[in-house]
Formats: sequence, structure tokens, C-alpha cells
Amino acid sequence: MDIERSRDRFAPHYLEHEKWKLGDYGAHPIDKYLRPGRIPHIWCSGCGLGISMTCFISALEESGLPLDKNCVVSGIGCTGRVAGYLKLDSYHTTHGRPIPFATGLKLGNPELTVTVFSGDGDLFAIGGNHFIHAARRNVDINVICVNNFNYGMTGGQVGPTTHLKARTTTTPYGNFEQAFNLPHVAVASGAVYVARWTTLHARRLKASIKEALLKKGFCFIEIIAPCPTAYGRRNRLGTGLNEMKYYKEHSVIRHNADPAEAELVLGGDILVGKFRDEEKPTFLDMQKEGTLDVMSGKGGSKK
Amino acid sequence: MNQREILTGEHFMNGDEASAEGAIAAGCRFFAGYPITPATEIAERMSRRLPEVGGIYIQMEDELASMGAILGASWAGVKTMTATSGPGFSLMMENYGLGVMTETPCVIVDIMRGGPSTGLPTLVSQGDVMQSRWGTHGDIGVIAFTPSSPQEMFDCTIKAFNLSEQFRLPVVVLGDEIVGHMTEKVVIPKKEDIKLYSRRKPKVKPNNYLPFAPDDDLVPPMACAGEGYNVHVTGLTHDERGYPVINAEAQEKLVGRIVDKIRKNANKIIEYEEIKTRGSDVVVVAYGSVSRCGKEAVRMARAEKMNVGLLRPLTIWPFPEKRLRKLSEKVKAFVVPEVNYGQIAFEVERCVASNSQTLLLPKMGGDIHTPEDIFKGIKEMI
Ligand SMILES: Cc1ncc(C[n+]2csc(CCOP(=O)(O)OP(=O)(O)O)c2C)c(N)n1
Ligand code: SF4
Ligand SMILES: [Mg+2]
Repeated sequence: MDIERSRDRFAPHYLEHEKWKLGDYGAHPIDKYLRPGRIPHIWCSGCGLGISMTCFISALEESGLPLDKNCVVSGIGCTGRVAGYLKLDSYHTTHGRPIPFATGLKLGNPELTVTVFSGDGDLFAIGGNHFIHAARRNVDINVICVNNFNYGMTGGQVGPTTHLKARTTTTPYGNFEQAFNLPHVAVASGAVYVARWTTLHARRLKASIKEALLKKGFCFIEIIAPCPTAYGRRNRLGTGLNEMKYYKEHSVIRHNADPAEAELVLGGDILVGKFRDEEKPTFLDMQKEGTLDVMSGKGGSKK
Repeated sequence: MNQREILTGEHFMNGDEASAEGAIAAGCRFFAGYPITPATEIAERMSRRLPEVGGIYIQMEDELASMGAILGASWAGVKTMTATSGPGFSLMMENYGLGVMTETPCVIVDIMRGGPSTGLPTLVSQGDVMQSRWGTHGDIGVIAFTPSSPQEMFDCTIKAFNLSEQFRLPVVVLGDEIVGHMTEKVVIPKKEDIKLYSRRKPKVKPNNYLPFAPDDDLVPPMACAGEGYNVHVTGLTHDERGYPVINAEAQEKLVGRIVDKIRKNANKIIEYEEIKTRGSDVVVVAYGSVSRCGKEAVRMARAEKMNVGLLRPLTIWPFPEKRLRKLSEKVKAFVVPEVNYGQIAFEVERCVASNSQTLLLPKMGGDIHTPEDIFKGIKEMI
């Protein structure tokens, strides 16, 4: 089943949203952060994306940052659709490329706060190279990865974070590839802020996103999220609610844990928390010090 | 700092360097790239020059990222450029399409070398002409220049920026290895003599702004990030609000306009040079470095009293179709030397077939035609 196709065919609300007017559905406290006429969204019931986006909105609200200077950049996937709902300058780019686009956006106008919101496949398969290099450069952007362990949008194929042995539409005999441990990848690549939460940890997740929004440098947050339609069903994980219960029973909060220990096993515990929070000069700081100061004879490393 | 912006005066520089200077003079303040022969000198010069004028140079991890980064920076409101050659141009095709679909102004310089694949890294070809036209999937409007000297690398880069800002799309400068590496006199004019164009901004308040509703010229005014317009930009087919709409009608309207904004404005965009075409029996159609040999061949033919002229497209896209059709009413044959196995020759044939013959003089790359090669072709058709 290709959800990307079937959804656009069978979800009439998506095509007919013009008929919705404010008032038809009452005012919600976060309405002002959403584009009018774009709700209902395309996500399945029980999906973790609604909570992820709501946590982002609450964090943005609490951060006190000016909305007009906040941008969201997404790649392609169910998670990629976040950019289309937020009433910010929002960019829905190509599969795997939101980080390069966000890099240009930030360097083009350093006044902007730029957050990348995308899926595990987008950011770590097709876009993996961009992730490690943006982290290495310490470009001042935030990257939020909604990890649902598969390619939701295309109907649930194996991806770089799929648990070992898990069933997906392209691993009918079980996944035999090792999965990425995302916080470990992020720390090893140079990210200055690294945290992981599940969609159950809404308040802690919100607090982390707020910290990332206010922090300079490359910040990474992984959100473990249910995808009941594609991944949950094939691995007998139950509904979205069942997965939330699982998160409640199996999450272990341990701040400052060694990210090498954050590996995820199907049916195992989920280590969550803030694994890294440090200060490092950003790409632009380094550019200023390394280039501009040398040019104006103010020091730096002259030959 | 700003007196370094435009290096007014006479210089001795190669085509790559001239292109970089053209970019700086045009107001380019962001360059993202990845080194590749024979375009590396552009990145090197930009890495030195951009900090001098308050701009940013970033060397990305690959060309997919370079292209993505210049689109992002363009939405931040900056004039942006990348430079590459065939293998990198292939990688850029994905986000080139995103740039077309999201109507993002930027410039791509492609210094053509022998392909396919790694091919001839240090030697010339003109094999990417059709790639610039059709290389990304889907139907697109395209503007591409084919300069034939370092001076034209400078001039065309400025023109490319102006047209990209005016028509909101990535504009391609298709240099070839010879033009990129050839060193010649380049005259950089005074600042006040360089005409620059910047993207039109919306005149209405954010609440009344439809980001993809075009003006009469089919180009929508552009609100960039941080300007308070809260624009949604997507590579999905979208309506005038910028919101995705997945049906045939929306596709027709949006992509139709994206193609038409170039097609219907083609007269304002197309540039070519014509030499002695009036009353000619044979006309050579040549572009880029090869056109220089074409000119010499025409001189040789004329010295032997043959009526021969030359048409040199400076914009290879949009292609000067109308002019060729008109010429074909009087011209017996067109001779098309190009450093590939036939790309533009078929365009020429398409335009002139009902009246005249077309002779392709192909060369697979590595070197270009000598004037004698072209002269031989002329003699065959006269
Ligand atoms: C270049 C390219 N290859 C493949 C696709 C098809 N595709 C769309 S979304 C997607 C995977 C999305 O997975 P993920 O990033 O994990 O997002 P999710 O849908 O799970 O949120 C793929 C492969 C595409 N759009 N572009
Ligand atoms: S397919 Fe999965 S990730 Fe996509 S909307 Fe449905 S539940 Fe969410
Ligand atoms: Mg996923």
C-alpha cells in the first residue's frame, strides 16, 4: 500500500479544505500557530506526529521568540508535512535535503531561528551525510527527528533506524541490518545539544525543544513516535495508545547518559533524556574569527 | 570594504575567475559549492572574495547539498550561486527542479567537461546542453547562457543573476572547459554602468498576500523568510497560497505558468549574435568556445567568395527558434558544429527542416573543431 497515493485519493477533506471556515470548528489555543484551512491534517489516528508538532508549538510559544523570525524546514515524508501546517515561514523541500536548505537559510539571514523537522529516513538514510556534516560544522540550526522506525509515507518500508528483526513491507523475513543509534551519531558528529524523548514525554520534550530553540549551535532532538498504521501493525505493537503505554513502562530517563548506551532493541527499554549540552563556537563564529579577523589584521592564525 | 565590490578596470583572467567576479558585481553574497575540475577556480575565487564584501562562502559535503543550500539562502533574501561540472550538475538536478517549482532565484554555473560519468575531467565538451534543458524530471521553463569568452563569462553571470531575480528561477551559465580555463582580457565596468535587477517584493500586507499569484508577466512577487509574510513553500504542486493541491487542474495551472513565464517572455530573454547572415546560402550555428572557430571558418569561406554567415546563440535556452525559422526562408543549409553527438543540431533542424538542410558536425569531446573542420562542412553544403 502506498499511503502517499491512497491518501491523496481518498481523503476528500484534504482537497476540500477551502470549505472550512474559522468558527466551524471553534478556536483552539494553538490555532494561531496553524495555517487556517489546513486542518484536519493527513496524519493517521494514533500517529505520534500530532503530539510532536504540538510540543514544538508550545515550546515556541514559551521561548518568547518572535514568530516572524522562526522558520521550519522539512524534507519529504509524513513528518515532512509538519512544515505545511505551521503558520511560520515554512519550507517543504526535497527528500533528505532539509538540512542543506536550512543551512543556507540560516547563513543567509543569521537573525532567523531555523528548525528542521523531518523523519528518520529523510534525515538518516538519504540525508545522513548532510546531518553529520551540519553537526560537524556546528551550523546554528535545530534538528528534530521524528523516529517512527520506518518509512511511513511510502507505506512502511525498512529504514536506517528499523529495529533488528522487525517486519516491514521490504523486510518480510525480518530486518537483518543494524540500526542507527541516533543520539550516538549526533554526539559523535559534533552536535552541541542532544536529547531523546518519546511522544509520551510531552512536557519534557517541550522543555527540550525550548532549550534547543534558545541555544546556539547544532541541536538535535530525537522523538520516538508511534506509527500504528505501518510499523505498529506489522510488528504487533497495537494502537497508538498501546505504544504510549509501552513507552510508559519501558522508558528509562537518564540525563547525561553515555549515548553509546542509547541503542534501541525491539521489545527492550528506551533510554531517554538529555545526553549532551555543551558550548562550542558555531560555523558563523568560526568564520568571523577565522576569516574576518585575519582580513582586518585582528589576529587569528596568520601564516 | 566596499570598494572591493566591483573591480572596475582591465584584467587578465580566466573564464572561471571572470564568472566569480561577475557574480560579486551582480550582488551575489552566498556561494555553496563542491570542488570539481574545471570549475574549481570559481569556488576558490569566491572563498577569497566573498568575505571581503561581507558575503558567505561554504563548501558543502556534495552538490546535492550545494544546490539545496543556495535555495535556502535565496529564501533568506540573498543572491546566491553555485558552480560545478557534469558529475556535480547531475547531482544538482534534484534541487534544480525544487528551485524551478518553488520559483527560487539563483545561479548555477556548469563548466562542461567530457562525460558521461567521470569522463574527461580536464577536457572540453558541450554535452550538458540538453541536461540543462531536460535533466530534472518534469516539465520546466529554462534559461541558460553559453558564453564564448572570459568577458562573456563575466557579462553572462551578471545577466544570469538579473534574469533569475526577474523571472524567479535558477538560471544556468553553461561555460565549457575551454572558456572556463582560457585567460583573456576582461573589462569590468564602473559600478554605475552595471545594471542590476532584484526580485520584486509584495506590495500588499501579509493578510492579503498570495505568494504564488503572478503579476502580468506571470511572475509572483517574492516575500522572503523573516519578512512577516509566513510563506509556505513546497515542491509539491501548490495553489496560489502555496498550499499543496494534488490534482490535474492545479498541476496545469502551476506548472503551465512556470513553463509559460519563460516561453511568453522569451523575446525579452533571448540573445544571439549574428554575423553576415543576410543573403547567406549557408549559416553556421555555433555556441560557446566552438563559435570562435565557427567565426574563423566563416571568414575563410568569405575569403573564397562563399556566402556564409553565423548565428551564435548567447542564450541557448530559450532557443532562438523564431530567428532560425525566419533565416531558413532564405538560407539553404545550416551547419552545426558542437562538442557532443548532436544536441543543438536537432533543435536547429526542428526549426528549419521545412525549408533548409541541417548538417551536424559532431565531436565527442576532448577537443573542439578546428576552423578547417567547420569550413569543410560549409563547403559540403554550399
Ligand atoms: C528522492 C526520493 N526518493 C524517494 C521518495 C519517496 N519517499 C517519500 S517519503 C519517503 C520516506 C519517508 O520516511 P521518513 O523520512 O522516515 O518519514 P515518515 O514518513 O516515516 O515520517 C520516501 C522514500 C522521494 N519522495 N524522493
Ligand atoms: S503512516 Fe505512520 S507516520 Fe504516517 S501518518 Fe500514519 S501513523 Fe503517522
Ligand atoms: Mg519514518
